Amino acid sequence: MSLFSIFNVAGSGMAAQSLRLNTVASNLANADSVASTPEAAYRSREPLFSAVQKQVGMGNQDAGQGVRVLGVSESQAAIPNRYEPGNPLADADGYVYASNVNPVDELVNMISASRSYQNNVEVMNSTRQLLQKTLDLGK
Amino acid sequence: MIPDNLFGIHTKALDVWQRRSEVLANNLANTDTPDFKARDVDFAKVLAAASGSTDAGRLALDAPAPGQIGSANQTANALAYRVPTQPSMDGNTVDEQVEQAAFAANGVHYQASLSFITAQIRMLRTAITGGQG
Repeated sequence: MSLFSIFNVAGSGMAAQSLRLNTVASNLANADSVASTPEAAYRSREPLFSAVQKQVGMGNQDAGQGVRVLGVSESQAAIPNRYEPGNPLADADGYVYASNVNPVDELVNMISASRSYQNNVEVMNSTRQLLQKTLDLGK
Repeated sequence: MIPDNLFGIHTKALDVWQRRSEVLANNLANTDTPDFKARDVDFAKVLAAASGSTDAGRLALDAPAPGQIGSANQTANALAYRVPTQPSMDGNTVDEQVEQAAFAANGVHYQASLSFITAQIRMLRTAITGGQG
């Protein structure tokens, strides 16, 4: 029964969006982290989403099985350095390397992720109601 | 006498509504997937195929031997891609509002089919009990 698979589809969407919220939280928490080398500096993270398709018989296009997270990518934007000789993490020249997190991007991502999460919750709620009504059929 | 097909087209319609809500749920789950193309079920076409009526003036491809691929099943299950109203940078064509509206409407249609079936069952029950139940 295809109404049951909607729980999987919406569930995969919720899982993906909550992982996105998780990366946002991690990015915002580390927005002011500093490191001694550019390599060790925190880089902004972002999940990569991909649609799940089930391959079935010829000509039969499947409705799709939701979304999955292929992985988490790190931003390749330049790492900003600051001259802070007094900082215990400063390198020999007195520079510390900050994260390349853009807080504005992260806030936008956070709003988008939470809206999408709510959408999937709504889908699940409506489906639950429809199933309940189907169970009450004939009463 | 009770007709063979008691609930008419509504049992088939329920199947189609279910399939459509699955497709729409999948669209909504992939709102943020790059290059995802939103799809939808052509309700009239699928229901016509499910209830056995062919398009007027068009003959269905005959598949006399088992294992041959007929045309009916293919058109019945084929999903159409939605025409996007707004372009997006990542190639995604899901419009959340459109999908949400379609999902809500789909749920109402599903409930309508359910209540038709319920009414039919009530009618039969009345006939069986003679209005005493």
